Amino acid sequence: MPDQLLFAIEVTMNGLMAGVLYALVALGFVLIFKASGIFNYAQGVMALFAAMTLVGIQNGQVPFAHLINAVFGTEVHHFGWHVPAILAILLTACVMVLFAWIVERYVLKHLVGQPDIILFMATIGLAYFMEGFGDLMWGADIKKLDVGLPQGGSFWLEENTAWLGGEGFYGFFIDKLDMVATVVAAILVASLVAFSQYTKQGRAMRAVADDHQAALSVGVSLRFIWVLVWSLAGFVALVAGIMWGAKSGVQFSLSLIALKALPVLMLGGFTSIPGAIVGGLIIGVGEKLFEFLIGAPFLGGATENWFAYMLALLFLVFRPQGLFGEKIIERV
Amino acid sequence: MNMKKIAAASVAALMVGTPVLADLVFPSLSYRTGPYAAGGIPYADGYSDYFTLLNERDGGIGGAAIQVIECETGYNTEKGVECYESTKGQGALVYNPLSTGITYQLIPKATADNIPLYTPGYGRTSAANGKVFSHVFNFPANYWNAASLAVNHLLAENGGDLNGKSVALVYHNSAYGKEPIRTLEGLAEKHGFKLTAIPVDHPGQEQKSQWLQIRREKPDYVLMWGWGVMNQVAIQEAANIRFPMENFVGVWWSGGDHDVAPAGESATGYKAVTFHAVGSDFPVFDDIQKHVVETGKAAGAGDNIGKAIYNRGVYAAMLMAEAVSKAQEIHGTPDITAAMMRDGMEALEITDARMAELGMGGFGPAFSVSCENHGGPGTGAIQQWDGAAGTWSLISEFGGSDMDVIQPLIDADSAAYAAENNIEAGCN
Amino acid sequence: MLYREAGDFKTSYQKDSQTFPLKFDRMGYWTVMVVAFLVVPFVINDYWANAVAVPFLIYAIAALGLNILTGYAGQVSLGTGGFMAVGAYACYKLMTMFPEVSMLVHVVLAGGITALVGVLFGLPSLRIKGFYLAVATLAAQFFLVWLFNKVPWFYNYSASGQINAPERTVFGIIVTGPNTEAWAKYLFCLIFVVVLAWIARNLTRGMTGRKWMAIRDMDIAAEIIGVNPLMAKLTAFAVSSFFVGIAGALFFSIYLGAAEVGEAFGIQKSFLILFMIIIGGLGSIFGSFAGAAFMVLMPVFLKNVLVGGLGWPTDLAAHLEFIIVGGLIVVFLILEPHGLAQLWRLTKEKLRLWPFPH
Repeated sequence: MPDQLLFAIEVTMNGLMAGVLYALVALGFVLIFKASGIFNYAQGVMALFAAMTLVGIQNGQVPFAHLINAVFGTEVHHFGWHVPAILAILLTACVMVLFAWIVERYVLKHLVGQPDIILFMATIGLAYFMEGFGDLMWGADIKKLDVGLPQGGSFWLEENTAWLGGEGFYGFFIDKLDMVATVVAAILVASLVAFSQYTKQGRAMRAVADDHQAALSVGVSLRFIWVLVWSLAGFVALVAGIMWGAKSGVQFSLSLIALKALPVLMLGGFTSIPGAIVGGLIIGVGEKLFEFLIGAPFLGGATENWFAYMLALLFLVFRPQGLFGEKIIERV
Repeated sequence: MNMKKIAAASVAALMVGTPVLADLVFPSLSYRTGPYAAGGIPYADGYSDYFTLLNERDGGIGGAAIQVIECETGYNTEKGVECYESTKGQGALVYNPLSTGITYQLIPKATADNIPLYTPGYGRTSAANGKVFSHVFNFPANYWNAASLAVNHLLAENGGDLNGKSVALVYHNSAYGKEPIRTLEGLAEKHGFKLTAIPVDHPGQEQKSQWLQIRREKPDYVLMWGWGVMNQVAIQEAANIRFPMENFVGVWWSGGDHDVAPAGESATGYKAVTFHAVGSDFPVFDDIQKHVVETGKAAGAGDNIGKAIYNRGVYAAMLMAEAVSKAQEIHGTPDITAAMMRDGMEALEITDARMAELGMGGFGPAFSVSCENHGGPGTGAIQQWDGAAGTWSLISEFGGSDMDVIQPLIDADSAAYAAENNIEAGCN
Repeated sequence: MLYREAGDFKTSYQKDSQTFPLKFDRMGYWTVMVVAFLVVPFVINDYWANAVAVPFLIYAIAALGLNILTGYAGQVSLGTGGFMAVGAYACYKLMTMFPEVSMLVHVVLAGGITALVGVLFGLPSLRIKGFYLAVATLAAQFFLVWLFNKVPWFYNYSASGQINAPERTVFGIIVTGPNTEAWAKYLFCLIFVVVLAWIARNLTRGMTGRKWMAIRDMDIAAEIIGVNPLMAKLTAFAVSSFFVGIAGALFFSIYLGAAEVGEAFGIQKSFLILFMIIIGGLGSIFGSFAGAAFMVLMPVFLKNVLVGGLGWPTDLAAHLEFIIVGGLIVVFLILEPHGLAQLWRLTKEKLRLWPFPH
């Protein structure tokens, strides 16, 4: 096979992997939007906060150390213990559940029945709050996240595919971390689907997504569902935070991954979990292939950011409700 | 929302907020929050700790006490304006904003206000031409020196011949990242290597395309102009595609300890250009430990000492303190103004003997500044990361850069600025 | 007790439909104008102009622009930063190409150029609706930033791609560059704010504004009663982009003096201005000002209190700033979901009855 074609296949495979990572972020948005119609601007900051908490717990950091030291003149930084990764992940998940409960109790409860834009705005306030709160709690410096995920390319794949091409081809490159992310995402989606199909709470969640009022009238507790949904979104944020943070370390920029999820959402529709996955894959492959074929050779590179939106725009012109979005029916 | 109340309260806050005027005021436009905090924190700590050391150990400079006013910019130009305006009235001697964007913006303002700007290793490179930029100093080295130093290192590794080699530049797609391109193009022409520029958009969380491109094109060397999360991801991706780390050279802003730490041992061998020494093996750090950290006066948690970017902050503060001494000497008063500070900076002379006296022997080059040359000697060295030990070490001597290529570029860029802004060349 | 309609008789329809029906409001308005034009310029210093007044005025223009599009015409836009960049770069090119022409002309022309670009990116709005429309404007945002970063012609081939505002004048008074007096900057922006706010107010209560609002409330119904959605949506995009372009031109030339497209006009700017109009109040002129004031002045105020007043370390103060601003947004929404403008409206209603509410 000509090398150029092999490279295109390699770019496509890596695009699919990147798409899975985008979809992981988008999934959190979809969960909350589906159940409560809220576009949760704070999703990215939640991923950052979850990752920070995970690292903080793992390394036995004292929360609010800087504040305590500044106020009381002490010098505390670490508890001096080290928590195993699995336990730390579980504890962080608990923190995210607590967070969901607090959000419901002190913010959402007071905004029931408000227009979408108001709820969107409330999540902006939440994002600001958490950005400051997370930094205050764990410090703004960069932290290494180590939960034992593999790094580096897969040598096995490289060696066993090198024969396909000529001199200039080393074999396909795929990041091991990306493979893990793909498996985790698949498990996550499968368990989410199973949860919403086969458990009582899951069915209640779908009922609320379908119709708030009707669900209320048959005795589903809206408040419980909201806590549940925000907890799930918090858990998805934690997973996304781990996957992205493993590569770059945990730092402020982690909250900006939400921007990568926006075109995915627009393309896949805000209300569909399969939409988030398919949308992520299309965006991932589309932007990587465009950069490979046109962006880098002819336009000087760095085209991925805008091309993702252009691609989404192209799809929307033909399907204004997104790929998997619910059909918009307009009545006068 | 009662606007009047806010206005009244902010007036009150401002009144309360104005501290008692100290003798020597150094504003530190730092960023301990936001996307670039990881680099901003150690630098601000170093800058501030050195001045605290002088206060604690020597009682200030020439008998005048020093006051460091920190102002948080978050690497945001708008907050930078606010910080500049709020501190300039308090007798600020010199600004060191550690941000290319804020520097560009302050160049005309500070010049008009007669306050010098000090931008070591960042900011506007052509400010090295003191004839056009009377109030901006970027000694001892700038981006174009860095580009040349990196190429010199590659030349040294190849016995002085880069003909037919290929070099890729991975850069932050912003003003800062674009700086070295012209110099590298000039050098590529001179030495016959092939240059490919690969931009990475802010913030640089996702660089798969860029590194797959490098893996496909197999350049012999990769240079990097990165900042923030881009550095960590790039180093990790380079390790992932098994790019030989010894052939990967970053600019000094891609050479912090936090940049290589997330990649761990796989970053071993990664190199970066630097204009000052690394490590904590200097008497000055013992003094900082003793007089600043142990007395609880450190700006940060005291755990950054000896890190590359912390050292840079200390080095910048040291040069500024020396400039103050020089200004005091020229004008015969301990209580200097910003205008006098500018004279001191322009007459600054750093000797090896003086550096040793300060407990920083061999920390940086010996040089002197003149009215024409605000850029210093443009010397630097190469540092290399050892992942197992978790330390940087210098692997080359401090060497000069190729001014034959750089000087015409500096002259051309500063001439363009002078023409656009009707500035007449000074220093006559 | 002064705040009453009583005794304020209207004798013509024109008077009946004026912006400030109450005498007290009119007096308040004129007092603000007199203070803003005749008192403030004489007392303003560099700090107040550069850190408070000028950014507030410029953000108010941008918020007005976005409010026309989002608040009045109902088209969500996340491309404000990109459109501001168009204004800024157009202004820069004009300033360097025609140095002798007055800045007033440059700024208005920059707004006009932005209006054209805005219409172009507004075309998909005919097909895509609601939150999905944001994708079209986001595409504009990222594409424009990339374009200005990539094509050297836009930044006159400078080495780093930064643009610098050279010294330019209006009627012989320097308004850009480092030697500008604080009052000149302030007045130059103030004139634009007043004129544009006046235009916005009169557009939105005239036929154009009513068409926009009809489209916002329900576009199919609007079409049936004879509103041309093509014209209404595109005029909204044009007028909004004109405002935003002027804000961008002022932002670069008067306020910052130097700009880099990704940093000054990135996606964060688009979000910031969207936050302003939502906090201030969608579909309200006053709301645009209130929102801009909240988002610009609050952080400066908090910083001064926490760092200057209480002497906290700057990083702690910065974190607390975020916590407080975020907390305040949530609290405001719980107390009054429709923004500061609604809070203001309610206060006025109460004042009319005060001190006898029953």
